[in-house]
Amino acid sequence: MHITYVVHVEDKPGVLNRVSSLVRRRGYNISSLTVGHTDTPGVSCITIVVEADPSAAARIEANLYKLVHVVRVENVTALPTVYRFLALIKVSASVETRTQIMQIVDVFRARVVDVATDSLMVEVTGTDEKIDGLLDILRPFGLLEVARTGQLAMTRGNAARGAAAKAAAADDAVDSAVVSFSV
Amino acid sequence: MERLTGAEILWDCLVREGVTDVFGYPGGAILPAYDAMLKYPIRHVLVRHEQGATHMADGYARASGKVGVAVATSGPGATNMVTGIATAMMDSVPIVCITGQVGSKLIGSDAFQECDITGITLPVTKHNYLVTRADEVAATVREAFLVAKSGRPGPVLIDITKDAQQSSCLYDWDAAAPSDDVVRRVSAPTDASLREALALLGQAKRPLVLAGHGIILGEATAEFRRFVDTTGIPVAVTLLGIGCLPASHPSNLGMMGMHGEAWVNTAIQEADLLIALGMRFDDRVTGNLKTYALNAKKIHVDIDPAEIGKNVPTDVGIVADLGDVLRAWQPSLTRLDIADWRTRVDTLRGDAAVRDIKNMPDDGHLYAAHVIHDIWRATNGQAVVVTDVGQHQMWEAQYYHHEQPRTLITSGGLGTMGFALPAAIGAKKACPDAEVWVVVGDGGFQMTMCELATIAQENLKINIAIINNGYLGMVRQWQEFFYERRYAATPLLSPDFVKLAEAFGIQAHRIERRQDVVPAVDAARQHHGAVLFDFRVEQEDSVFPMVPAGADLHKMIRRPSPLAETGADR
Repeated sequence: MHITYVVHVEDKPGVLNRVSSLVRRRGYNISSLTVGHTDTPGVSCITIVVEADPSAAARIEANLYKLVHVVRVENVTALPTVYRFLALIKVSASVETRTQIMQIVDVFRARVVDVATDSLMVEVTGTDEKIDGLLDILRPFGLLEVARTGQLAMTRGNAARGAAAKAAAADDAVDSAVVSFSV
Repeated sequence: MERLTGAEILWDCLVREGVTDVFGYPGGAILPAYDAMLKYPIRHVLVRHEQGATHMADGYARASGKVGVAVATSGPGATNMVTGIATAMMDSVPIVCITGQVGSKLIGSDAFQECDITGITLPVTKHNYLVTRADEVAATVREAFLVAKSGRPGPVLIDITKDAQQSSCLYDWDAAAPSDDVVRRVSAPTDASLREALALLGQAKRPLVLAGHGIILGEATAEFRRFVDTTGIPVAVTLLGIGCLPASHPSNLGMMGMHGEAWVNTAIQEADLLIALGMRFDDRVTGNLKTYALNAKKIHVDIDPAEIGKNVPTDVGIVADLGDVLRAWQPSLTRLDIADWRTRVDTLRGDAAVRDIKNMPDDGHLYAAHVIHDIWRATNGQAVVVTDVGQHQMWEAQYYHHEQPRTLITSGGLGTMGFALPAAIGAKKACPDAEVWVVVGDGGFQMTMCELATIAQENLKINIAIINNGYLGMVRQWQEFFYERRYAATPLLSPDFVKLAEAFGIQAHRIERRQDVVPAVDAARQHHGAVLFDFRVEQEDSVFPMVPAGADLHKMIRRPSPLAETGADR
């Protein structure tokens, strides 16, 4: 199954390599990876989706916590979470088809961000399925170029901890490890 | 605050971290550090290969409990360290490796002796650092030592560019203290999990402790001894757990696993409760996981949360310092009512233990078991024995009965041939008063035998027993059992080890008969310098019992001949 972790890391050189290398060498496949800054200076957020057995989830989390530069790990898979992808789509558009495409884009609550004489660039955010759906509709017009991001994830409301201190987060991880392994 | 070069800061920090001995090999990119070293109270051992430096730091750390330090230059110096670093990683040994790196302006340009050693060692270090400025040295070194020692220990590498060593900055040791965030301290064990574990222990009819390296690494041998003495619970040990409880202790059943004692493996399969303390259910101790200890509930205590439930499903997992857990349990412990189980274990043991190695007929042959047994007797079981990897390693574990922690030093997880000779140098440096023996095969010895020169140069009293059977013995054994005796690339032509040692100025003897072993060992113990023995042992001898890789733990290949399987003649 796909397991989604939101991993807050210190923004140090090589930190992405450490995280991805850890997942790789433990034998799991990364199906999506997104990295960006957070509100906290010096802390980046990696949203990483891993194909793994559910029983491996806690172990991957524990291994991530062993990396010195990892501040906090959240397994959001089972939590109420908003998932978003972003895609930029360049589609062929003649004078005749342009309006039609723009109507479709509107239905998908996407935006046209660039207009050229023979093409349009569309920006769309949403779930993977929504973006796939838009691409299916636009394909007959002629897709010229598609760029998609990996998945971003954020838990809804107070489902997850706020910006907890690292020590507290680590304690939680330890406790949850105990709990989740106690049958 | 004073103004020092990065190189001076490096050594000052090492000295303040308590480092007295380092093992290394100089070269261009680390030259500024070597130049500055002369001003500091550091003893440097010049190795003959950087792999040796890491194994020496490793042996030093295992023998003493302190952090071992190895130093090398950039490029090939650094890459030569990788095997030793991986060895320390697998066995959770705290070492700090310091490598020179080309100047920071040259990084990425494929400069002479440039190599991305932080990239290469990323999966085999607990953490690593690339330092490009002098003012980063102090904080990095302090953090590196903390990371190496804390929690589950492990190797840390610091790669320092040449310009970071050469340039200077204001140095303030106190201001460079590592942040508390660096180390994820485990919380105290929760009362609930501790109580749950004790409840299982109270209900158990056939409990067994699986004791691992963590007891020694966590300095919890005294607490463990008290736990065992109070409860009377039988104990099986892993290879790296040997020494956590004296071999002569009545509750110590001996080693488990692929070449463990038959009665231990049988007891594991019959147990109704396994209490795993600081061990990680490696495939070499479990055999087939699908049939492993199916009758037993499992309590697993480890400081590393990633180990709980990794290989074996756990009923109670406790992530905590082992000493804390044992101390927390102690007031609630009582003597377990397990007389029937003890009788059963004694019966299992008795079946295999009636044979006596000491008086076993040798028919004019020299058996490795005899050699190791005789060394054990001659040294009263008090030596620090450093073993390599292979048949001799298993025989040592079976026939040398260790009474103290940190007296068996061996590469368990990675199984690194060539480990023993350099690791013994590290152990001797850490414990100059200890009697240090190397037990090594003719194959592994030749991987790092250049370090004989280091022994000679450092004038170290180390006794070296080469168990020479003319084969890569363990591989040959697998070929005999599983590949119909097709001995592909295992017969081994060796140099004349006696002449070789003499070329280094080291006394050496070839021993071919049983009756010559004890007098030779006694004489070597009296000799002031290093002594090397070429023990010409039975060529096609095998280690028994043996659980074939992936087989059920209780389905062992037993020794067909009348020669004893175990050294249970104490």
